[in-house]
Amino acid sequence: MSRSSASADSVLSIDVGTINTRAALFDVVDGRYRFIASGTAPTTVDAPYKDIGESVGIALDRLQAITGRVIIGSDGSFIIPTRIDGSGVDKIVATLSAGPPLKVIVLGLLEDLSLGSAHRIAETTYAQVVESIGLNDPRNPAARIDTIIKRSPDLIIVAGGTNGGASQSVIQLLETVGLASYLIPKEKSPEVLFVGNEALQEEVKQIMGNIVSLNCAPNIRPTLSSERISAVHIPLAKIVGKVRARRISGVQELDRWSEGKMLPSATAFGRIIRFLSKVYDPNKGVLGVDVGAGSTTIAAGFSGKLSLGVYPEYGLGSQLKDLLAHTSINSISRWLHENTPRDYLQDYLYTKALYPASIPATSEDLDIEHALARQAMRLSIKRLTMEFSPPARRGDQGFLPSFEPILASGSVLTRAPSKGHTLLMLLDGIQPAGITTLVLDESHIISALGSAASINPALPVHVLETSAFVNLGTVISPLSNARVNTPILKVRMKADDGNELELVVNQGSLATLPLPIGQSAHLNLTPLQRTDVGMGGPGRGGRLKVVGGTLGIVFDARGRPIRLANEVVQRREANRRWLIQLGG
Amino acid sequence: MIAPVVHILPIATIRREQLLPVPGRLVVRKGQHVSATDVVAEAIVNPEHIMLDVTRALGVSTAEADRHILCSTGAQVSKDDVLAGPIGLVQRVVRSPCDGQVVVAGSGQILLEVSQPPSQLLAGLSGTIVDLVGDRGVVVETAGAIVQGVWGNGKVDYGLLKVMIQDSGEELEAARLDVSMRGVVVLGGHCNQPELLTSAAEISLRALILTSIDVELLPLADTMPYPIIVIQGFGRKAMNIDAFKLLSTNDRRDVVVNAVRWDRYTGKRPDVIIELPASGQPAMPRDSEMFSTDQRVHIVRAPYAGKVGTLVTLLPGVSLLANGICTKSAQVRLEQGEEVVVPLANLEVIA
Repeated sequence: MSRSSASADSVLSIDVGTINTRAALFDVVDGRYRFIASGTAPTTVDAPYKDIGESVGIALDRLQAITGRVIIGSDGSFIIPTRIDGSGVDKIVATLSAGPPLKVIVLGLLEDLSLGSAHRIAETTYAQVVESIGLNDPRNPAARIDTIIKRSPDLIIVAGGTNGGASQSVIQLLETVGLASYLIPKEKSPEVLFVGNEALQEEVKQIMGNIVSLNCAPNIRPTLSSERISAVHIPLAKIVGKVRARRISGVQELDRWSEGKMLPSATAFGRIIRFLSKVYDPNKGVLGVDVGAGSTTIAAGFSGKLSLGVYPEYGLGSQLKDLLAHTSINSISRWLHENTPRDYLQDYLYTKALYPASIPATSEDLDIEHALARQAMRLSIKRLTMEFSPPARRGDQGFLPSFEPILASGSVLTRAPSKGHTLLMLLDGIQPAGITTLVLDESHIISALGSAASINPALPVHVLETSAFVNLGTVISPLSNARVNTPILKVRMKADDGNELELVVNQGSLATLPLPIGQSAHLNLTPLQRTDVGMGGPGRGGRLKVVGGTLGIVFDARGRPIRLANEVVQRREANRRWLIQLGG
Repeated sequence: MIAPVVHILPIATIRREQLLPVPGRLVVRKGQHVSATDVVAEAIVNPEHIMLDVTRALGVSTAEADRHILCSTGAQVSKDDVLAGPIGLVQRVVRSPCDGQVVVAGSGQILLEVSQPPSQLLAGLSGTIVDLVGDRGVVVETAGAIVQGVWGNGKVDYGLLKVMIQDSGEELEAARLDVSMRGVVVLGGHCNQPELLTSAAEISLRALILTSIDVELLPLADTMPYPIIVIQGFGRKAMNIDAFKLLSTNDRRDVVVNAVRWDRYTGKRPDVIIELPASGQPAMPRDSEMFSTDQRVHIVRAPYAGKVGTLVTLLPGVSLLANGICTKSAQVRLEQGEEVVVPLANLEVIA
């Protein structure tokens, strides 16, 4: 390893997840940033430890053992900056997703406006809205106060009033919050985030500043027709950090090591997606999907504009027992490849909820876990796409907009037996449209990159181009109304090594063309039956340069949404056939 | 690697911190002996408030209303006490609608906290109070056997244990319950009938220890007036042999069923405690362990879910499972001598 420049900063990232804590090291090799290695340990947020410091310490020990680089000095503190002997690091970044979702109460004036926006703010972090109070709430003031006390929230979000608009009704809402907070025991006192009429901020500080821990952020609804959720991401991230630091030992130290810049992992994940959407093709968005034990997170960036959705209710860990409140058992079982009884599937949800860190050790359990991951992605994407602005929503057809690339993260994806399993999970769960590249965050470092982007924008760009991320393949998803088994696309591929291949893609099929990783090729796409291949509209084809991925070039002509057979045996056979097609 | 722990111990010193969710009042003293269902502390956990609009009731301005408010913050009031007024020709007044305490008085309003009986915190364990935790709770200590479970319906009680199953995989049917079991704690097997739960309530069973339960019955189990604890899991399962041996060999002994919900963050886990005489002070259960050879372990996931065995070897690197997953694993010798490879993530150390 050679350091290209003495001024280049090495970066240590620490990510404390629901199940695992990872310490990852990034440094400059041959003039470009590389992911060097990571050390992992089970997160110790739960009893009996109740202190993430334990798992951080073990993860760091492992990292030191793997790299041979001394990061912790003999006095137990970090060696900063890097020394001439190669020990130490220059910067530390930290992300955190461990801990139960924050209990949030939202208050606003009107259901469709400020109250809805307050809900959406809560959905951008690890939170669960436990109560919603609007202007038209039928409960009397005392009952509202009792509700707030009973719910014992970690955070109260108050929205309402355009800038220079409603004030008296907003103050009334805040009086309720103030009285309730005053009556809650001090150690349980919630954080209050005011994101309403900015003209009221001073008055609000005067009324409530001494009663509650008040945080003010820009108005999320400065006018009736505009909504600025992303303006609240960082203030909200700070509040989440504050609440976590109060409840979980070791969080304060983690924040201190990162010079007060610790972020919730989802915020960092959103930040990297937004960053990449500014760097990559402005005509397409960038999509990020993180399927975790604590939540499923979806981030979509369009030229620097971010839509972020964090859904603890769709996490694959302890919340699974409540998943059936959000989806039906049939919606999960439709993705199964095996003949699994309904009761077994239901028992699985409860058992996995008891042991969220456990892993499937049989084919049947693996099949269920993958089905759950697919459904978690379906549900999360459906929720987030409702927030996309109309041009990004692709009309009323419910298709996803064009993304390039799609970045995927999460243990369920990385520990799959084959990349075919991973890709099929992603195709089923995301159901991309048009032409895209699916990239897997095999080293679980994408949130670290988001956090590092603020101190060194070159780092994520360099690292994303390395083997730390696996290009699963270029995916072309033709959309057609043709009948199943009808040819809808002719493909001719000429690889740079001179090899030529042809393929006819039938409606309802999943097909691949082999193209080794990193090798380039040109595709000639000729749509039939007015098929839309994402090259400008129905029936439009053309020439396209592609780069090979693990699975080569993949043609997913199964329709959007994917049309699964109603008959169970037929459906399972199709699921199995598709997996075999992807080499799984 | 850090290992999760499950307590299945024939004898141990068991210490439990019982805390109110809010500050309250302790009703026991250090050194006092308590039963599992004795109240150790009490507090108003979910206060109820009433807002009295003095301005509107007296028909005056806010400032004038404040001048006519007769009570102040913190004052105890009784039902029908005059809190504001009189005013005007008809001598309008504002009376307290209930017994309570004035929380805030001003700006033309009075906020009352309604008097109500406090919520009670139970000892959850028969033993001695060895410590007091401010105005929040106590630490109770006893000696006995402990078996932790996976699910509880949030209730606590104690009584004589009656073993109703001969086999760790047996199912308990409602027809086997009768009135002679009133007041006892039944060790049952798998439960897949709602009638079993309702019959147990009708005959006033003190508590029910189940091996496993169908998940559809959980909402009903939650509403039962007696504690229900599930030791093994959901769907038909056999009880792990260590737990079964410990429970089934203690027929007719006093047991406490502490059917709390399993909360990983606080460390609360449902358990059954069998009160046993101990010579000296037995060791306390270890809450944290690192995986190592010769440990007794409990497997929590298929294909060996519910089996216990001995950790023979921590396998180096990662192992390839039959389903294609690669993960850190251990070689475990099961009771019958068979050696199997199990992911470390699917093991609990019995300690």
